[in-house]
This record gives sequence, C-alpha cells and structure tokens, in this order.
Amino acid sequence: MATYASSAPEQTGIWSWITTVDHKRIGTMYLFTALFFFLFGGLEAGLIRLQLAQPNQAIISAEMYNQLFTMHGTTMVFLAVMPLSAAFFNYLIPLQIGARDVAFPRLNAFSYWVYLLGAVFITFPIFFHVAPNGGWFGYAPLTTNQFSPGANIDFWVMGLQILGISSLAAAFNFITTIINMRAPGMTLMRMPMFTWMSFVVQFLLILAFPAITIALVFLLFDRFFGTSFYDIAKGADPLLWQHLFWVFGHPEVYILILPAFGLVSEILPTFSKKALFGYNVMVYSGIMIGFLGFGVWAHHMFAVGMGAVADTLFSMATMLIAIPTGVKIFNWIATLWGGQIRFVAAMKFAIGLVGLFTIGGISGVMHSSPPADLQQTDTYFVVAHFHYVLFGGSMMGIFGGIYFYFPKMFGRYMDEALGTWHFWLTFIAMNLTFFPMHFSGLLGMPRRIYTYDAGQGWEKFNLASSLGTLLLIIATAIFVINFLKSRKGGLPAPQDAWGAATLEWSIPSPPPEYNFARIPIVTSRSPLWDIKHPEMSSGAAHADADPVQVASANAVPMREETEHHTAAELGIPMPLNTVKPLLTALGIVIMFSGLMFIHLDHFALAMAVSLSGAALLIGSLYAWLFSPLE
Amino acid sequence: MSTATAAATHDDHEHVHYTTTGLDNRKIAVWAFIGSECMLFASLISTYLIYKGRSKVGPFPHEAWTSPTGEVFKPILNIPVTSASTFVLLMSSLFMVMALAAVENRGKPGYGGLKGNSKFWLATTALAGTVFLGFQAFEFTSFVHEGLKITTNLFGSSFFTLTGFHGAHVTVGVLWLLTLLAIDMKRGLTPKDSLVVDICALYWHFVDVVWIAIFTLIYLIQ
Amino acid sequence: MSDHASHAGHEVHEHPDWKQYKWVALILFVITIIEVWAYYIPAFVASSAFVPILLVMSAVKFAIVVAYYMHLKYDNRLFVALFVGPLFIAMFTITALLLLFGKL
Repeated sequence: MATYASSAPEQTGIWSWITTVDHKRIGTMYLFTALFFFLFGGLEAGLIRLQLAQPNQAIISAEMYNQLFTMHGTTMVFLAVMPLSAAFFNYLIPLQIGARDVAFPRLNAFSYWVYLLGAVFITFPIFFHVAPNGGWFGYAPLTTNQFSPGANIDFWVMGLQILGISSLAAAFNFITTIINMRAPGMTLMRMPMFTWMSFVVQFLLILAFPAITIALVFLLFDRFFGTSFYDIAKGADPLLWQHLFWVFGHPEVYILILPAFGLVSEILPTFSKKALFGYNVMVYSGIMIGFLGFGVWAHHMFAVGMGAVADTLFSMATMLIAIPTGVKIFNWIATLWGGQIRFVAAMKFAIGLVGLFTIGGISGVMHSSPPADLQQTDTYFVVAHFHYVLFGGSMMGIFGGIYFYFPKMFGRYMDEALGTWHFWLTFIAMNLTFFPMHFSGLLGMPRRIYTYDAGQGWEKFNLASSLGTLLLIIATAIFVINFLKSRKGGLPAPQDAWGAATLEWSIPSPPPEYNFARIPIVTSRSPLWDIKHPEMSSGAAHADADPVQVASANAVPMREETEHHTAAELGIPMPLNTVKPLLTALGIVIMFSGLMFIHLDHFALAMAVSLSGAALLIGSLYAWLFSPLE
Repeated sequence: MSTATAAATHDDHEHVHYTTTGLDNRKIAVWAFIGSECMLFASLISTYLIYKGRSKVGPFPHEAWTSPTGEVFKPILNIPVTSASTFVLLMSSLFMVMALAAVENRGKPGYGGLKGNSKFWLATTALAGTVFLGFQAFEFTSFVHEGLKITTNLFGSSFFTLTGFHGAHVTVGVLWLLTLLAIDMKRGLTPKDSLVVDICALYWHFVDVVWIAIFTLIYLIQ
Repeated sequence: MSDHASHAGHEVHEHPDWKQYKWVALILFVITIIEVWAYYIPAFVASSAFVPILLVMSAVKFAIVVAYYMHLKYDNRLFVALFVGPLFIAMFTITALLLLFGKL
C-alpha cells in the first residue's frame, strides 16, 4: 500500500534528505547548518579581535570592519543560536512528549529550507564586500538610502524578512505540537522542562517577530518605493525604528536563552540523580520571564531621553525580571545540592551556564538602572554583558545539550577527554575574552569602532580579549574534531545513555523513523525512572491517564522499547517524502531577491523575477496542500 | 503519488489521528496564527497613530490643506464610500457563517434550498470581499488623483501601508474562498469538511475585525 | 487542504444558530450607522466623549464578531487563551507606544 511507501528500508542519499519530513532528520540538518554558521560567525569575530588586538592597526578597513561586526551579530543571533535551538526543538520536542512527529511535518521541512536559503542569501554578500554594514539592530534612519546607499542593507532587510518567515512557521508548528501531540497522561505539568521552555519561546516568537516584520517592511518601502517612515526631513520620528525593533529585540533575547535554560534543566537532574528542584516554580518563572519580556523593551533606549516616567517604569519592569531568573538559578543550585554528581562534559557545560549566566545577569541588572546605563551604554561594558549571557548562557547550554543528546542522535558518545578539554579551554577563553571588556567599557571604549589610539588604558584589555578569542577558536576546533570523529568512531551508547528520566531515552538511539512503536502512557514527570529507578521517582506525584485518551491513542503502559522494526511491519503510517516545501521556500526567496534589481534600475526585470518567484510559491503551495500527507 | 493512491488514502484509509485535546491541529495553528496577526496589525496601527498629525505637507485625512503655492486640498478621507465598503465587509462575515452552517448541516432538516447552498454563500462571501477590494482600489486611485501618493507624506506612507496590508489579507482570503468554492463545485463539501471551511472562516472574520478597528481608529476618529 | 478528510474526535460544540447570526449582523449594521452618524455631528466630534464612545462601539463590534461569528463563546477555552493572550499583549504594546510618543 502506497500509504506505507516511506516505511521502506532506511532511506539514504542526498535526495532522501532534500525531501525528508522526519523531524529528526530536519533537526539534524538544523544542527549541522547552524554549527557551520556558528563557526562562520566565530571567524568573523576572530577577524574583529585581530584588528583590535593592538591600537591603530589597519589589518582590515573600516568599511570591512562594519560589515564584520554587523554580520557577526546577525549570524550569531539569527543563523547560529536560534537555529541551534531549533535543532533541539525539532529533534527533542516530539520525543519528549511521546509523539511520532510534529503536528505539521511538511511545514517543518519548509521552515528549515527557508532558514537555509535565507541564511545563504544574507551571508553570501560578504564574499563580495557588500555585506550588511548597519549593525545587527539596523537602526533607521542610518539604514535608509540617504545614509546607506548600496545593496548592503537591502540584503539585510530581505534576509531577515525571509528568516522571520522560517521562525514564524516553525513556531506555529511547535505550539500545535506541544498542545496537541502529547502522549496520554503527559499533562502540561508533566512535560520535561526543555519542552516547557520551548513552549514559552514559541509564543515569544509569534508575538515578537511581527513587530520586526513591520519595521522591516517600512524600511524596505523606504528604500525601494520612496516612502518616508524613517525620513526625518518629512517629519518622521528617529525613534520609531528603535521602538519597533526592541519590541521584537527584547523578547528575542529570551528566545535565545530560554531553550538553553531548558537543556540545562534536563542535564542537571540527570547527572545529580535527583528530580529537578521546584519544577512548578521553574515553569512559572519561565512563563513570567516570557510575559515580562514584552514590557521592558525601552531599557535598550534609556540614552535617547524618553523622560523620567518612562525610564522609571521600564527600569522597574526590568529589575522585576531578575526575580524569576534568579529563582531559576537557585533552583538549579538546589537541584545539585546533595545529589550524586557526575562531572561529565555535558554537566560541566551546564554548571558553566549557571555560573557564567549569573555574571551576565548581574551586569544586566546594573544597566537596568538608567543613571548607570547612561555611563555604560554603547561601551564595551554592554558587549561584555551580552556575551556573558549569550556565550556564557546560550552557547554553554547548547554545548551541554549537544554532549548530552549526541548519543541519542547518533548512537555514540562524544569523547569525554576531548569534551573536558573543550570545556575548560572554553571556560578560560571565554572569561579571558569577555571579562576584560567590562574594564575597557568602563574606561570609555565605545562599541563598533574599528580602531583606537594608544594611551587610553585600553591596550592590555583589548590584547587580553584578542588572545582569549584565539583560545576560543582552538577550543571550538577541539569540539568540531570531537563532533565529527565521534559520529562514526565514538563509544557505542545504550539507548538510555545517561540514566535520564524522560521519554526520549526509552527508545533506541538513533530513534526509528516512527519514534515510538507504541505510544506510552505517562503517569508521572519521570516516566523512565518509574520503571528503571522506582526509588528515585516514588516521591513524585503519579496519576493514571485519561482512559478515553489511552484508548484513542492505542497506547500501552510505559516500557523501554528495544525492538527494531520498520514502520510498515508495525502498520504505522508515515508522512511521504516531498520536495514541495523546498520549492515553496525557493519561491519565497526568489520573490524577495527580485526586488534587488530595483536598485539596479531594472524595474521590469525585478518584477519578472519577483512574479516568477510568486508563481513558484503559489504553485508549489497549492500542490503541497492538495497532496496527501501520508 | 498517483491520483488513485490519493483517493485510496481518502476513501478506505481514514485512520483517525490521536490528539491530546481532541481538537484538530489545524484549528490550533490558525488561532495561534491569528494571535500573531494581532501583533502585526498592532505594529501597523501604532505607527499610523504615532505619525498622525506629523506630516509636513498635505493632503491630510481630516483637515483641509493649502499648499505654499496656494492650491487647496480637501480633507482626503471619503467617509461615505468607506462606510459603504465597511458595510459590505461586515455583511461578508454574515455570508461566511451561512456558508459554514450550510456545510456543517448538509442534509439536515431545515437546511435545504438557499440556506443549505454552500456554493452560493461561499460565492457571495468571495464576491463581497472582491467588492471591498474594488472600493479600496477606487479609494486608492482617487487619493492619488487628489494628490496623495504613498511617497507624499507620512500620512500617505502609513495610510497606504496599513490599509494595503489589510487589503492583501482580504485578497488572500478571497483566493482561499474561491479555492473552497472550487472544491465544493468539484466534489461537494460535506460535514466532514466543516473544519476546512471553519478555519477559512476564522481567518476571514479576523480580517473583518481588523477592519472594524481600522475603520474607527483611522477613518472616524479625527 | 484536502489531505485530512477526517479528523480526530470532532469536538462537540453548539454553534450559534441562524437567528443569532442575523441578530449579530443587525447589531453590527446599527452600530456602524451610529458611528458614521456621530462622525457628522460637529459638536459631538469636538466633545471629549467622542473618542471613548467610538472606541467602545468599535470594541463591541469587535467582541461580538469574535464571540459569535468566530464562535469563540461556544468553542474550546484553549482557543480563547490563544487569542486573548496575544490580543492583550498587542493592545498593551499599542498603548505603551502611544504613551511613549506622547499621543495619549
């Protein structure tokens, strides 16, 4: 029966990856692509630090420097950290909630292809020295035609617009998946913490991205069609962009950090052999962080002079966020307290996050006070702050997540010795790079300058930062070697590689295409401990699943699945592979690319390209919607 | 995938997918999408209101303007015409619920004749949407004629972008309705298809409520 | 669209009936008439009550379309949460932006 066509023997070859709709394969593609862009963004940072290592160097030009710091920020935020989180969303959410796939498998493939094509679109120009050069925040009016002629900003505007589509499509998919694809008995308050934090992030995505979409539409219209949204001479307000951007930008920082918080909340209990301390409070504080995240955006703008009332309100709201965040830190520490701790690489990175994020969090509270912020804003102090939360926080959590979930994804452990080297070198290098920036910042060194004069007390701090970056590159190289080597040559891992408590460890590694041969009935927060380590979960609340749900899902009591079958043998219908999501994504990217020709005064050509992109988009979308899923 | 297999998938393999809440995935996704659209239009409406009264040159929405060369421009918004188009869009929502009721209650007593004619109601809804777009096209061209282009001033930029975005949403809605109409003509929509009509209806009504907000905030409040 | 001819556990929700649909349409029509009428009374437009009253009328229209035509009143509470949460954040954002730009 054709319905089971895709359950034919394990598919290989490039075409099977291009047409895949399997969340695990899509997650793997996200992981590889995002790691590539992480390395790319890291090399951009390497060039920046090379230029700043000594005063008055001219290794790269001022113009190239602008492109490098813009692309470093844009790459790390949109092409590295967000998609690395997306890799985990894709791979883990269905496994953690006991589902066979996401709610919309083809939409999932679409999200990935839009991301990949958008990432290529925004990255490619740097090889021709026309990369975006207006900062990752792209402040208008600076980015309007008047001050930024040339195609640089056009690539940025359209690239971000394309990447936004990817994030939004994925967010609708995961919201639906988490609400509606949970196994019987997997109530919201039994979901693993990673799934919970991801759930919050999806809401931040669907509510934050529209604001930047509109801000970008205005900028695109200003640049291409002569509107005056950011034209001060016509009465426009120079703060409009800043407000709309930060309405998006502040939730965005929680979009970057919450998935890492979730990963760490999986790692710490596993290697402490204790349930997560204060699960409920962890959930509520995550929701609280997400909710308050929409009411603090203007703390990025204290320096523009909004007035005492606005400054006070945004300052207080910002300080308020420190409470749920602090609650999380204390809960992690309490999880470790009295546990049987195993210091594997994943655990080291997780504890690294707890420590380093706290430093970044505290410097964050420092500039939530407007008078202090006025001294710190636009200096390297702020650069130090957000690298502590983004590298010390997000990346440490993601590295921990990679070490932790590698055995699930590839059936093999990563090398522990190399992992330990990676951790300690990263830990030392990251502090060597970013801690001195607090001092250079407080001594007045502004951000985004391509060089500086000697004699201002900045030399030794900059040299330290640059040496730290060199060390970080070495540490990351060790990670890359470990990652590539362990995929084929690592120690074979059992399916429950670490003795964890959640559903994803109850199935083979790597999981079969259908994930769960029989959907498990969940009766507590630690289903796997229930059957393997009852002594560890006996204190937790247990309750039977709704019998109607159990019957409807054809579910069986929680068990470890060790048998290997194909989907056809088990009679599980699998979604068919399809190339239509890729074609739809391609249509969108061609449609946007066409606009580029307007600035080259080829209006007819621009319309022709855009319209053919739109035709491809509509045609493949209809073909997609009218072809059956399974 | 051959058509024959596609048909087989529909006819003899209607395996029911389990969902946690018993609700359909697509409906949850559409409501999440509508939530996201609230922020999209909030950003557009905020910008329009922020820029209200900041244009350096006319024409203006509610006030007359005399240019430095002595040319007089009337207040540009045409309330009678827009009231008419608003009425058409509001009525389209009524037609939409009729269409959904016709599909949901197909074959039930009391749903014969016009009341049960989903093709008629889908077509009327799409027609009302098209008439609304016609009004918008008329409005835009007459504004351009009277000297207001998207490049003229802040009002022109923010007005055309906001209402244009709404118009684009209506256009997508009309295409969606016509697609449903085509399916209905080809094979007939049955109560099993209610959900497909329902999610289109949710989108359509949302576009309508956005217009309710726009009509008051942009057209009536001076 | 047609790839899921069926779906799981069709939720049992009563929809508003024809009579209600027509009442809603009538109320929408009448409120719109009043709104436009109010627009043409210069004394009322100049008064401080004009904007709040118009906003309230528009909010009523908004609410009844959502409650009856989008049948949120009769539907699963999950959908209410998915709509009202974002709507609240959107309205908060509009209000905060207007305050920040001195428009309120």
